[in-house]
Amino acid sequence: MDKDHAAPTQAVEMTGAEMIIRALKDHGVSHIFGYPGGAVLPVYDALFASNDLVHVLVRHEQGATHAAEGYARSTGKPGVALVTSGPGATNAVTGLTDALMDSIPLVVITGQVATHLIGNDAFQEADTVGITRPCTKHNWLVKDIKDLPRIMHEAFQIATTGRPGPVVVDIPKDIQFKKGMYVSPTEVAHRTYRPRTEPDAAAIEKAVAMMAAAQRPIFYTGGGIINAGPAASEALRELVALTGFPVTSTLMGLGAYPASGKAWLGMLGMHGTYEANNAMHDCDLMICLGARFDDRVTGRVDGFSPGSRKIHLDIDASQINKNVRVDLPIVADARKAIEAMVRLWKAKKCKPDAAALQAWWSRIDEWRARDCLAYRQVNGLIKPQYAIDRLYALTRDRDVYVTTEVGQHQMWAAQRFKFEQPNRWMTSGGLGTMGYGLPAAVGVQMAHPSSLVIDIAGEGSVQMTMQEMSTAVQYNLPIKIFILNNRYLGMVRQWQQLLHGGRYSHSYSESLPDFVKLAEAFGCVGLRASKPSELDARIQEMIDVRRPVLFDCLVDEKENCYPMIPSGAAHNEMILCDAEEESTQVSDAGKMLV
Amino acid sequence: MNRIERHTFAVLVDNEAGVLARVVGLFSGRGYNIESLTVAEVDAEAHTSRITIVTSGTLEVLEQIRAQLGRLVPVQRVVDWTIDKPSIEREMALVKVTGTGEKRVEALRMAEAFRARPVDTTHTSFVFEITGAPAKIESFIDLMRPLGLVEVSRTGVVAISRGPDPM
Repeated sequence: MDKDHAAPTQAVEMTGAEMIIRALKDHGVSHIFGYPGGAVLPVYDALFASNDLVHVLVRHEQGATHAAEGYARSTGKPGVALVTSGPGATNAVTGLTDALMDSIPLVVITGQVATHLIGNDAFQEADTVGITRPCTKHNWLVKDIKDLPRIMHEAFQIATTGRPGPVVVDIPKDIQFKKGMYVSPTEVAHRTYRPRTEPDAAAIEKAVAMMAAAQRPIFYTGGGIINAGPAASEALRELVALTGFPVTSTLMGLGAYPASGKAWLGMLGMHGTYEANNAMHDCDLMICLGARFDDRVTGRVDGFSPGSRKIHLDIDASQINKNVRVDLPIVADARKAIEAMVRLWKAKKCKPDAAALQAWWSRIDEWRARDCLAYRQVNGLIKPQYAIDRLYALTRDRDVYVTTEVGQHQMWAAQRFKFEQPNRWMTSGGLGTMGYGLPAAVGVQMAHPSSLVIDIAGEGSVQMTMQEMSTAVQYNLPIKIFILNNRYLGMVRQWQQLLHGGRYSHSYSESLPDFVKLAEAFGCVGLRASKPSELDARIQEMIDVRRPVLFDCLVDEKENCYPMIPSGAAHNEMILCDAEEESTQVSDAGKMLV
Repeated sequence: MNRIERHTFAVLVDNEAGVLARVVGLFSGRGYNIESLTVAEVDAEAHTSRITIVTSGTLEVLEQIRAQLGRLVPVQRVVDWTIDKPSIEREMALVKVTGTGEKRVEALRMAEAFRARPVDTTHTSFVFEITGAPAKIESFIDLMRPLGLVEVSRTGVVAISRGPDPM
């Protein structure tokens, strides 16, 4: 950051466009993802004159928001996107909603038509604050240059504090030209917004007492721990080491506790492990840390962990008792609350009930012995699970970041790729956005230029934002797009098989591009593997080449993703791979669920 | 536990552009009911507005409504008058009744009993202004129905706590 800019300043006169750039710098922004257009040209002009902000020109505004998300998730810093009015803003809506669902801090600046044209159906006018109100944590339309610096600073404060989320600042073109006085971030604070982050001491005390008395405890951890920063993951690891309790995590929380850790049960939920889900079902104390009892996690709510007492730590009070009633809510920042638990556990010299815990681990080991992630190898065909396993084996010793698209490949990656650290796994959890992974990889690679960034993709998803390969080429970003190509929208096909009598309505791709030729057309490297015997060498080639790669991995077209809790079932009613042939009973109520 | 209850919420908000849309959008987006809604600035200096919402749902839903309202950035405070503290609820209505002869006399007599005030009078019509708890207004409207009721305009409920303490 420019030292002169970082220092608290006297009010300085400048244009609105200059204020925007100045505010970005004052908030430590080094990268922005954007796409110019008529209503943001003054900002692009100010950007032209600024040489300490890296602007990444994407190929579609959805790509800008996902790239900003990838940047944010992998760095812990807010992601920034800059787009024009009208279609620029509406194209950003998917990324905003994605960031809202997964609590990712984004500051998205949208151009708007001049204030005197607002409401006139002007060219490229859209009601951006109206459209983005339900898909942002907060948004603003700046109608007066006097408000601009304050709003820019509030935008960063709101995006990054409390439960993080996306914000939109919509700035009409005349405001970008107007001159006004800029004030620095230190001189403004939001009038009323004060998120609560300190845990209630009495609640921590109660939680520790419940933990010390537990017979069959489990930590159910989520993205809140990732969002609370690496120190929260450290605190979790210490708490697990002190207590010896088993740990499972949601899709969003992978990496907070290391997959190599002794207490790790794997991911829970619809495609979680047999041991994690059974332990959730049979536990007597559930300690939920930074997760939100999502329907993908709970399965049928009235069959969810019926015999347990539940502690729920969340920074967002509205998550408490939303889907599942809990016995002890703790509304606080995950790091602060977990650190407080660690301190109190140590101060009170708490000891877990060793005999009970040992019996509990023996039961868990029986579930583990079921080896629920096993799959059947078939000669000559690459099983998608095998492809992920080889990808992991060949990259595990590297500095690797993984993004995904949405579908079967995403679940296989979550089940099989082992994450040891937070901020290494970027996936669209809440919204389930196909097309997320490729632009997210662009954002991750911008933030970590020398790391290995892999998008584990499906051939369906990747075509939704494929044009961002061009961005990767332009900025020499050596991202690896590893496509598990089964020619089907695999998760749709799987549901059609299990729930719709095998009527594969519009889930097969009659025509696909030749991904190797497509890679060449983009100016990057195309690789293909169709036999298990050639997979390792091709993956190695992908890793070794310092250019963007599209990897077309042709896999078994009919493989299903197991284990699976079918819709409307409880945690202890999983379908396992070897039970696949048995008919799957899905209740009519279950069929209604997504 | 699944019984539907009706609760009255007061929501103190920063009076900024779009704040009402945020509150209303929250209700429609999450499928909550709005039975009545009133809003006005209550402190011009502090730019604070007060929204009073009557809504219905199970206790779980009502708890969620309160928490979701509290999460909106411009929302300063949320009070559930139905459970937090004793309160008074009042509503005002303008009620137009037309008719002549016996019915007209009867309408005026009823209005007096309800302390409803005629604020517009012609040879064939009255507009009554009535203030009270929503139930009182309901019964007044019911009584006017056979006497030539043609139109009703209601403000929706406003509420305030009893006793010396503020919200």
